[in-house]
Amino acid sequence: MSLTRTGAARAAAADPARDDSTRAIVAPHHARRGGGPGRRKHPTTIAGIALRTPYWVLTAALALLFLYPLIWTAVSSVSPLAGTNQTDGWGFGNYITLANYQAGVWVYLFNSVFVSLLTVALTLGVSLLGGYAFARFRFPGKDLLFLATLAILMVPYATLLIPLYVLLNTVGLSNSLVGVSLVLAMFQLPFSMFMMRISFESIPREMDEAAMVDGCSSWTVLWRVLVPAVKPGLITVGLFAFLAAWNDFMAPLILINDSNRMTLPLAISNLRGQVQGVVDYGATEAGVVVLALPCILLFLILQRHYVRGFMSGAFKG
Amino acid sequence: MSTLSQPAALRQRRRGRRATGALAGWLYALPTALFVLGLFLIPLALVVQMSASDWPLLGGNQGWNLPQNYSDAVSNRFFWDSVGFTLKYTVLTTVILLALSLGLALLVQESTRWKGLLRTSFLVPSALGLASASLLFYVLYSPIAGPFAGLMKSWGFTFLGTPEGALWSTIFLIVWRYAGFYMLLMLVGLQGIPDDVYEAARIDGASRWQTFRTITLPLLRPTLALTTVLCVTGSLLAFEQFYILTKGGPDNSTITIVQLIYNVAFQGQNDLGIAGALSVIVLLALIVINVAQIRAFNRKAED
Repeated sequence: MSLTRTGAARAAAADPARDDSTRAIVAPHHARRGGGPGRRKHPTTIAGIALRTPYWVLTAALALLFLYPLIWTAVSSVSPLAGTNQTDGWGFGNYITLANYQAGVWVYLFNSVFVSLLTVALTLGVSLLGGYAFARFRFPGKDLLFLATLAILMVPYATLLIPLYVLLNTVGLSNSLVGVSLVLAMFQLPFSMFMMRISFESIPREMDEAAMVDGCSSWTVLWRVLVPAVKPGLITVGLFAFLAAWNDFMAPLILINDSNRMTLPLAISNLRGQVQGVVDYGATEAGVVVLALPCILLFLILQRHYVRGFMSGAFKG
Repeated sequence: MSTLSQPAALRQRRRGRRATGALAGWLYALPTALFVLGLFLIPLALVVQMSASDWPLLGGNQGWNLPQNYSDAVSNRFFWDSVGFTLKYTVLTTVILLALSLGLALLVQESTRWKGLLRTSFLVPSALGLASASLLFYVLYSPIAGPFAGLMKSWGFTFLGTPEGALWSTIFLIVWRYAGFYMLLMLVGLQGIPDDVYEAARIDGASRWQTFRTITLPLLRPTLALTTVLCVTGSLLAFEQFYILTKGGPDNSTITIVQLIYNVAFQGQNDLGIAGALSVIVLLALIVINVAQIRAFNRKAED
């Protein structure tokens, strides 16, 4: 039914690669629905077009409002502007300033990549094994452990970071990127454990039971049979862990003192300096572009998983 | 004989398998348990202990200091200001974000390529980190390099220069960053409303507004409850946006509770005991507020 609605929808259905995931997941039900507010069929007559014009103008203006800050920042980071290093025309002067900032942007970039990848690895490892345990095994204390994992959600981030600062000091992980990654992975656990548990539970038990009858151990079943089947869940979990770790500001702010171990968001926010008036706006813009670009690219490539993650987040409450 | 003992043997074997199953289950859950214990439960206990101890940032635990930390926390000269400001910010942000994201969801819920494109543009900001978004708006609001620099000069205003301006500028940033995220949650909720209800309303000749008020809003209640709780909790714990945009200023007018905890622990005062007491107060307040919200939504649902 939705296919007969517009030519665009038909084209999208014919070309699934261009069909964006938000629509793929959220929309089919709406498309099938008849009445309801905001959906009235417009005939393709002049009157129909006249009716739709205000809608187009409004939504296009809204879309521009949302995209404008991103576009402006990207463009002005390479263009001459007051308060930036870009005095003689278009170019990458702001990026060069950024690259030469203090220890050099490469150090901060490396720190950020290191923290992000380690957080992703820890999150994937723990939630894969834990999700398997919660979905397939019965063991004493199981429900209590799952509840305790979900309870992480209820405790404010800031409240835990101060004792974590003390705790990491006492175990020799102060000022350490590994310590930051451990903390970030812990904060990812409620979402990722929930996600992996439903991923495993959506796979019929017959699949692993058959393999068990054939003499496979649970470990072999996990790697040979189940990991390929829960791959979409793993991608979602990994994507969210990466975005959270790459973007996190507060954990490194509190747990890292050594300026050589700062992550990118922290280093870029320090570009503004402590004294008023010495802000390097151009380098800050360049830094924002460096920070945002991987996130936006990942978002556009993995949109489907991003949306699914939000949706399972929605059912959690 | 053997036919009699067979079920017993089978039962025993099954029991044996279940026991190894329990062991294997625990082994798979062990990393989770270690994370939860070491990085969540122990720190949680530690913050409670901290809140009851004399604990300077450098120097460690100096012994019990029980009522003192809490009375110091409450009598901090920014305590009530930050509570008031955080509540004001939370109410404004929640009302604006929920109304706007529901509006956006209604605008784009139909499935066409144009609306898919719109959804994507509304969602892109939510891929950014809060710190990145705040830094972006820091430049955008700048009276030197921002796109409104000329306008600000000729009209003589600054975005972040006045308490009211700083508050609204921050709310605008947050709305930009989160509207798409909440829109998506609203879309999921709208999707859960069955079609035939709308069909029936149309047959009865209900207007769009009537349909929205009597069908969409009530049936969307679970989603509205979830988004409200998420939005309230997130706003009560606001930190990065103010730390980066305003540093608590101008005139200490935008100090949130989390900013106060951070300041007490790491800026100047360097007192982890009082910071711990503030943390415990926030933790308890959040639990109370969330329970109250869930109760309120449940009671309404029963009416």
